[in-house]
Amino acid sequence: MKVTIDNIQVEVEDGSTILQAARKIGGKVVPPAMCYYSKLKGSGGKCRTCLVKVAQSSAKDPRPMPKLVASCSTPVQDGMVVQNLTSPEVIEARKGIVEFLLLNHPLDCPVCDQAGECDLQDLSFGFGMEETATEDERREYPVIDIGDNIKLHMNRCILCYRCVYTADQLTDKRLHGVLYRGDVSEISTFISNAVTNEFSGNVIDVCPVGALTDKTFRFKSRVWFLKPMNAHRECTKCSGKVAAWMFGNEIYRITGRKDQFGEVEEFICNECRFDKKSISDWVIDGPRHIKRQSVISANHYEELKKQSVIKPIEGFMEKQE
Amino acid sequence: MGGKILLTNIDIPGIRGFDVYRAHGGYAAVEKALREMSVAEVGTEVNRSGLRGRGGAGFPTGLKWSFLDRKSDKPRYLVCNADESEPGTFKDRYLMQHLPHLLIEGLIISSYALGVNTCYIYIRGEFKYLVGILEKAIREARQHGFLGERILGTGFSLNIYVHPGAGAYICGEETALLESLEGKRGNPRIKPPFPAFKGLYGCPTVVNNVETLATVGPIINMGGEAYSKYGRGKSTGTKLISACGNINKPGVYEIEMGLPVEDFIFSPEYCGGISNDKYLKAVIPGGSSVPILPADLILNTVKGEKRLMSYESLADGDFVSGTMLGSGGFIVFDEDACIVRNTWNLTHFYRHESCGQCSPCREGTGWMEKILYRIEHGQGKMSDIDLLVRVAKNIEGNTICPLGDAAAWPVASAIRHFRREFEYHVKHPEVVKNIHHGAIELNAELMGPDSGTGIKYW
Repeated sequence: MKVTIDNIQVEVEDGSTILQAARKIGGKVVPPAMCYYSKLKGSGGKCRTCLVKVAQSSAKDPRPMPKLVASCSTPVQDGMVVQNLTSPEVIEARKGIVEFLLLNHPLDCPVCDQAGECDLQDLSFGFGMEETATEDERREYPVIDIGDNIKLHMNRCILCYRCVYTADQLTDKRLHGVLYRGDVSEISTFISNAVTNEFSGNVIDVCPVGALTDKTFRFKSRVWFLKPMNAHRECTKCSGKVAAWMFGNEIYRITGRKDQFGEVEEFICNECRFDKKSISDWVIDGPRHIKRQSVISANHYEELKKQSVIKPIEGFMEKQE
Repeated sequence: MGGKILLTNIDIPGIRGFDVYRAHGGYAAVEKALREMSVAEVGTEVNRSGLRGRGGAGFPTGLKWSFLDRKSDKPRYLVCNADESEPGTFKDRYLMQHLPHLLIEGLIISSYALGVNTCYIYIRGEFKYLVGILEKAIREARQHGFLGERILGTGFSLNIYVHPGAGAYICGEETALLESLEGKRGNPRIKPPFPAFKGLYGCPTVVNNVETLATVGPIINMGGEAYSKYGRGKSTGTKLISACGNINKPGVYEIEMGLPVEDFIFSPEYCGGISNDKYLKAVIPGGSSVPILPADLILNTVKGEKRLMSYESLADGDFVSGTMLGSGGFIVFDEDACIVRNTWNLTHFYRHESCGQCSPCREGTGWMEKILYRIEHGQGKMSDIDLLVRVAKNIEGNTICPLGDAAAWPVASAIRHFRREFEYHVKHPEVVKNIHHGAIELNAELMGPDSGTGIKYW
């Protein structure tokens, strides 16, 4: 199937969505996605930041679609013509969406652990307005613990439902979910339940904002002072392939390895994430590639010479594959 | 003017029971359809009648039925949407309360036409008392062999279940309704896939409004051709209108499509004019979600033609000078009504009922409510009015389900047509703080008999 997105033609499989086609092209054509997560079935369609204009529905039916469509949930048709950045309508709508998302967001980036790797920051930098029109009080929730290792700042949440899908699809029994409705709906556990599942830590990785944060890393460091390294260990529960965020020879935190679209490549278990913080637990494979646009790349750590303490085991990666 | 189709027998005592209903020609349509007509013929009759969905969108019913995935080997479902929660609309409640058998008759024929063996009536949580009425009617129909296995000796069997919701407006949206029926949180689904392919439990499903399904019985009785003679143009047949507000005779009226709006408001046969000898100020003609229109625009279109009660005529002039027939919740405001307060009230409703799934609706409805609260309570600024227009525009069309549009349209149209009243609220905070039943001084200025906007005759 041939699809044209922002005047670039791409061939995709039947049944792909517009977003998947755009990701195949890559670069600036890719619409931002706050709620869609390719690894979570059923996610997407909620944040509306990936709205695009379909200028031509298909080769057979050259009419445009009447409304902007969510690219993450709209399947492509042969000969479809999509406008993302080339449509002023899309840019205008996206600006409105960013304004809505920031309406009740506390903008506490200076004290937020997610700052520097936050999708909402990138989104508002890319598409938002410079000022806010709201004068009303922002809604506030108490900060709660869900489990021993996860902190939930509901104030920062944009209700993307990713963590709910993660818990649904990765764990046996979901203990948290969305309570209430409308603009008072919140992610929470019913009657202060603790989330104890072995893979529950992944909700931190899938969270696009700083709503779910790692308590073992809380206020330890800004992410741009750390150097993400590929690391692995032999783990019985997960693949053991992680990103270790290091400062000198200390590991500050462990996360999943994120790809160029901000999605983890493999989900990791809580033991790897929260308990193994010593450098002796891990085999460090080398620095991870970070996009030049990211503030984390400011250290240019990839150019550093290999330190003698970091030695990859030869042939380990091949054996895993 | 016009004949009645649905409410012909409404005044007969005991029509709610099976025996009286049967004695007055009830279930004849079922007998006719099941014994004499094939499945395709029933569909053709409905197609020919030009029946359009009575729930609000006005989508042709025959066309909707034709989308149903009949090739799938999964069971098919018919769901009757009785989650009537639109402010100002109470036609389905009236129909189910007084003529439950008419609905069941329609359900049997529709299920036959769609090849459905299980049918659900999803009823609004607040209509608890109707559950008993409907279940009694279902029991009676079953006793007389119109429901259950092998109806009337044919090979067709059908079971109908009544399912009360928990009282959420959003569950009137068809995919949220299906989610709720499945026992989940009532969040609208992302379309596509449409319910005709993946609906209830992932099976092909048709969701129709109560009035639509109730009309199917009379269509079979009189024939689709005869039904399409009623009405005007593409708006065929009759429509139940639930009239409320500042009128002398509020209630549910069955009108033939194409009745002039003016006749409907002022004729003694229908609403009987504005109560307390006041002037007509504005009308919301199709339930709270549709744009509000001032008196001059609701009675005549900008082209100078008389506005009629039909899908096309009410929509004439699009959203600039027109509105929609919607679900038929006809809300009339007299000169004392405060449009700002009314709009705030509606926004409050939509804020409360937004499911909170997609960001424009979740945040936007709350924001609009806060701004309108400020204006109504004398704390507004002039820039707030433009801000409201911008917020409404950002919500409209960018949401998963039509609730976002439904929340944005009343605000946008109220400002479009009654901007002076909003400005009055900003300029006179002391007055509006104390008077909530409309800006009296402004009315004197705007609504006089010579001003051309206030209309009082008949």
